[in-house]
Order: sequence, then C-alpha cells, then structure tokens
Amino acid sequence: MDRSGARVNRPPAWLIAALAALPVAALALFYLWPLGTLFTETLGAGAVADTLRRDTTREVLWFTFWQAVASTGATLAVGLIPAWLVARYEFRGRGSLLGALTAVFVLPTVVVGSAVLAVLPASIERSTWAIIIAHVLFNIAVVVRLVGALWERLPTDLSAAAATLGAGPLDTMRHVTLPLLRPALLATASAVFVLTFTSFGVIRVVGAPGTRTIEVEVWRRATQLGDIPGASVLTIVQLLVLGLVLAATGLLQRRWTAALDLAPTRRRRSRTRREQTVVTTVGLATAAVLVVPLAAMVVASFSSPTGWTTAGWTNLDGGEIRPGLRVGIDPVAAVTTSVRFAAWAALFAVLIGGLASLAITAAQRAGRLLDIGLTLPIATSAVTIGLGLLITFDTPPVDWRAEWWLVPVGQALVAVPFVVRTIVPTLRALDPQLLAAAGTLGANPSRAWREVVLPMAWRPLLAGAGIAVAISLGEFGATSVLSRSGDETLPIAIERLLGRTGATLQAQGYALATILALVTGLLMIVAERGAGRTIDG
Amino acid sequence: MSARAHSMHAADIVVRFADTTVLDRVTLRIDAGAVVALVGRSGSGKSTLLRVIAGIIAADAGRVAIDDVDVTELPTHRRGVGMVFQDNQLFPHRSVVDNAAFALQMRGVPKRDRRTIAEQWLERVGLGGLGDRRVQGLSGGEAKRVALARTLAAEPKVLLLDEPLSGLDRDLHDRLAADLAELLRDTSTTALLVTHDHSEAAIIADRTVALADLQATRGSGEGRNSAQN
Repeated sequence: MDRSGARVNRPPAWLIAALAALPVAALALFYLWPLGTLFTETLGAGAVADTLRRDTTREVLWFTFWQAVASTGATLAVGLIPAWLVARYEFRGRGSLLGALTAVFVLPTVVVGSAVLAVLPASIERSTWAIIIAHVLFNIAVVVRLVGALWERLPTDLSAAAATLGAGPLDTMRHVTLPLLRPALLATASAVFVLTFTSFGVIRVVGAPGTRTIEVEVWRRATQLGDIPGASVLTIVQLLVLGLVLAATGLLQRRWTAALDLAPTRRRRSRTRREQTVVTTVGLATAAVLVVPLAAMVVASFSSPTGWTTAGWTNLDGGEIRPGLRVGIDPVAAVTTSVRFAAWAALFAVLIGGLASLAITAAQRAGRLLDIGLTLPIATSAVTIGLGLLITFDTPPVDWRAEWWLVPVGQALVAVPFVVRTIVPTLRALDPQLLAAAGTLGANPSRAWREVVLPMAWRPLLAGAGIAVAISLGEFGATSVLSRSGDETLPIAIERLLGRTGATLQAQGYALATILALVTGLLMIVAERGAGRTIDG
Repeated sequence: MSARAHSMHAADIVVRFADTTVLDRVTLRIDAGAVVALVGRSGSGKSTLLRVIAGIIAADAGRVAIDDVDVTELPTHRRGVGMVFQDNQLFPHRSVVDNAAFALQMRGVPKRDRRTIAEQWLERVGLGGLGDRRVQGLSGGEAKRVALARTLAAEPKVLLLDEPLSGLDRDLHDRLAADLAELLRDTSTTALLVTHDHSEAAIIADRTVALADLQATRGSGEGRNSAQN
C-alpha cells in the first residue's frame, strides 16, 4: 500500500465518491440484486427438495464433479511438462510458445470446443473424452502460468543439492520439487477445477447429446423447460460448491506456503545434446498440441465429404442450404448481432470498470472492497449471471427482458473484472511521487489527480475496451440464457451449426469459429500489448 | 566414516560460458583422505570446478575420476560426491533432522534408523536436540552445520565445500573452521575446500593451491569473467 503522502494530499472524498457511484450502483442493481433473487427463488415452495430428489439432478451433480476432477488431473499431468520447460530453459520460440498458450486460454470456449471437435476422430468426437481433452487444451496455460511462475524461482541448486545427496531425477521431483511447488499446484488445481466444474460452452459443443454439467442443466431448465425454481436451486448448489472449494484452497494455501528464499534464477540454454533433444521435443510437442486443433478447425471449414470446398465461407450470407430452404440460422446476422452487442458491452464495461479502477486506486482501503466486489462476477458462473438477470427483471416496473441492452449488460458484468485487472495495475504502478511533485508545483489534490492520473489511464482503458470486446464476442453462458430468438450471436450460431448434420452447415460452423478465433485472439494480443504488459508477463 | 578414503582426479577440465573460457584445461589431483584448499580471485571459476567435479554442470572437455574410475559420464546422484553449497540449499519444506536424513532416505534406509543416524550426525556437528526445528528459523552458523551434517550423512567419497564459512562473523567463523578441520580429519574424508581466505585454508586444509596454477595456460578471457560466485 502506498504510505507516502499525507492524508491532506490525497484526492478528496467527494471525488472518490463520484467515481465510485456508478460502479457501485451497477454492481448492486445487476449483480447483487439478481443474486438475491436467485436465493429467494430457491427458498420458495419446496424447490430444493423437488429438485434434489430428482434422479437427473443427481446424475448431473455426479457428472459435473467427476469430469471436473478428471479434467483437473489430466490438465496438471499434461501441463507440468511445458511448465518445467519454460521455467527452466531459454530457447528459441519460448516467447511464441507462451504467447500461444495464453492465446488458447483466452479463446472463447465455443472456439476451443470447435477446434477439438475438428481434430478428433469421429469415434470420440462427441464424448466425455472429447470434453476432457478440450478442458486440458484450454487450461494448460493456467498450469504453465501459475506453476511456472513459482518453478522459475525455485533455486536450481536445491535440485543439485538433492542430486549430491544421491537423489535421482525422479526422487528429486518427488521429494524436493513437487513438495516445494505445492502451493502453486494447489492454486492451479483449484482454478482449473472451478473452470471445468462450471464448464458450459465446451460441453455444449463437444459433449454427447444429453451430457450435462450443472451449468448446462441450469440453462436447459431455465430456457428449454421453463423450470426456473429448479434452475435456481442448481445455481445455488454450484455457488456453494465453488465457495467451499475456494475456502478450502485458501486455508490449505496458508498452511502450505513455505518461506522460500525465492530469487529469479537464470533460465539457461540447454548445454548437452541430450538436453537439446528433450527441450526441442517438449517444445514442439506443446506447440503441436496447441496449434493442430486450431489448424484442423480451419481445414474443416474448407472441407466437405467430397473434397475441398469454399461453400462454408461463400454461403455465409443467408442460411439457405438449397434455394428456398433455410435452416433458421443466419451466419451474417449472427456476426452483426455479435458486433452490436460487443460494442455496447465494451462501452458499459469500460465505463463501469474504468470509473471503478480510478476509484479503487484513489481510495486506498475502501478501494479494496470495491475491487473485491467487482471481482465477484468471475467467481459466479456466466449462466448464473444470466439467469439472475432473467428472473429479476421480468416484472414491471423492471420488466427489461426485451430490452436491447440486457444482453450487453450481462456480457459487461462478465467482462468488468478483467477490465479492472487491466487498468488497476497500471495506475498502481504510477509513482506517487508524481502526485507529490504536482502538489509542490501548486496543484491541489484533485487537480493533481486530473493532470497526472487521468492522462495515464487512457492506454489501459483502451486495452480494457479491447478485452471487453473480445469477451463479449465470445461470451456464451450469459448470452445463451438472455438472448432471444432472432438475436443469435456468433457463439450461439456456431454451436447450432456444428450440432446439425450436413456438410455445408458444419463447414459454416467451422468458418464462423475461425472468424471468432481470429478476431478475439487478435484483440487480446493487441490489448495485452497496449496495456504495457507483455504476453508472458 | 567411509570404510576407506578415496582419491579424486580432475584432468584437463575445460568450461566455456558463451564467449568466456572459465576453466582452461584445469588439472587437480587429491590423494585419498587429503583436504585441499582451492584459492583464487572471486569469479575465477573455483565454484565452477566444484560443480564439474560434482557433475552439476557438464564440462566442455576433460575427465573426472574417483579412485581412478572415470565418472565423467555418471549423473551427480551416482557419483558419491557430496557438496556443501555456499548458501546451504537446505530443503525449506523439511525439518532439520529430515534434511540431515535426506541421503539416507534416498538410499532406502528405514525410517527409524535414518532418524537415529541423522541425529547422530547432528550431534557431531554440535546441533544435538535441534532436529525438529524448521530450517527457516536457523542462524547462519546453525544452517551451515545442518548443511554439513546433511552432506556427511551421505558418506560421500569426496566432499566439496563451496566457501563454507563466508558470511559468518569472525568469532563464529573461527570456531566453525576449527570444528570443520577436526571433523574432516576424524572422518578421514577426501575434501576440496573453495575459499578466498588464506588463513582459513591453512587451518582446515593440508595443502593450498591457487586455481591459476592449475590451468595449463591462461585463457585470454580468464579473470575478467565476473558472472560466477
């Protein structure tokens, strides 16, 4: 925390209050209230007993749990290898590999699902295997980032010391490296578990028909069956599980954190021929795992049973599969709708997130509260956010279900935490001495803030806008619940097209997924660069 | 503690980092049971030589032999070379006694026996009764003694000591130097001690050599490389 500068030099309270007013109001209206409504809906009329007694509910809970455990285990097992590589070695293409990992992680779930669908053989392309594979592909980056960050700072001499004491590579891994990595392994396992437990897009795209996680079941009950109480109960169950997992993680984390003398160790180039072979093999294998599915997706957009075709791309306008015969999905309309929603969602997210960031950094202690409050939507699943909005704003005077801005607001809620995370670090990095300097030059605190802080906020604000657009374009959970027919977005169109039989429809789905991947990927990369952080920072 | 002492021979060791030749055909022979002190300017490659002997880094050329058996291609954990690191490198997730027992665990000694043996070694380095402490709370001198006990418990054929007494205050330094000298003699361990302190070398070692004298020729870049140590 910034301790420099006397209280009298801080931006005045009225300024902070003015900045925080809109974010606080938005959080209360569009997040806290809907969440409260979900709880009251759950408590009503024996909904809990009704829902939990059903066999399907138990099946869904069990499947959600075990696929998340399996996905987490598989992701850790696969991800530790590249984590070790990038933590310990310097090699050509290291930066690109990290970039590719991040790029896949920020791709929309529907795109990752499409890529896995495109690369897998038909025998397992719609199965639980496919789900786990997609989850692994998606979350390798989490392992590499979180575990790699600690691994990179474990002194290499600790392993050398173990070796001089007679420990072979496997013993060293088991008795020294893994125990020391435990806090990061725990954090990673917890993060991947939460992400896969609430999986929605991946399940919808690559799961066999009838495969349902809690998230999918909530969507199904709310939008297909009209069973709002049942859906609400499931969202609350899900929230409770997530809360338990995060609390347990926090407790264990505190107990396990060993005070390590962490120093950035220098990554080294491989010295022996054998090392070189290992580094090259692991590097190329990781790159292949990341790139091949995406390449397969592009290839699939040009494929038909009879050979190459551009039908998937040329037929994008109009959903006609044969003259006069439509399938009810209009790809071009989906693009237009997505762009329109994304523009508004980004505007809302930047307005709320930007003001909040300014307030958070100006307000010191009270800012932390706002920071936490605005991070909550991350811990709440997107479908939950959508459902909350749907059932809260359904009666006058707040019957807003048909309002054009409800979907963008839902998407903005999902995006705001990321916008805040983009802007706050830059503002925090601002040297407090600059404000003091402005003070010595005669600027009063609010003037100093306006002259010094505001001009610095533009770059991260733009970066935040880019991220918000990307998130909105790829957002599937909240949008699925909130959007009405005729307002299909890109991810919804992709899921529908890939779910149909018919070569042209499939190719169209892959073509749209390719477009979505390109646009969101580019936006994320540009935004990360623009925020002044490097991809592997 | 070893049944008998072992000899060590490093021959024509060459190590290059990027453009700098750190070790240029260095040759060093240590007779069984002898303690040799290696002195040299900081950055002259003393630590690098220790690491080559231990197999932690691979030399670009040269051979290392123990008891006239070539170990150049053997990985560190099979060489029987113990090393006390300059900054100890105690395992932070293990207690004092579990650090001391690590090598025994690797060798498959049953749990109860290894605790007994490890505590005996802690006793010998003057840390009796401290076994259950966490290593983070140790003073500099205590941590060094744990590192020593941990390495001696492995009963290495050759013991490498990388500036073991640097960073300790004068009083503690002298006491530990005397203890170390006695311990090495008692266990008749073959040892190589890296230091830049000639008086320390005289107390602990039978023989003092300068790294510069071990090089076949003086490399042009030698001495200017300050990346090490």
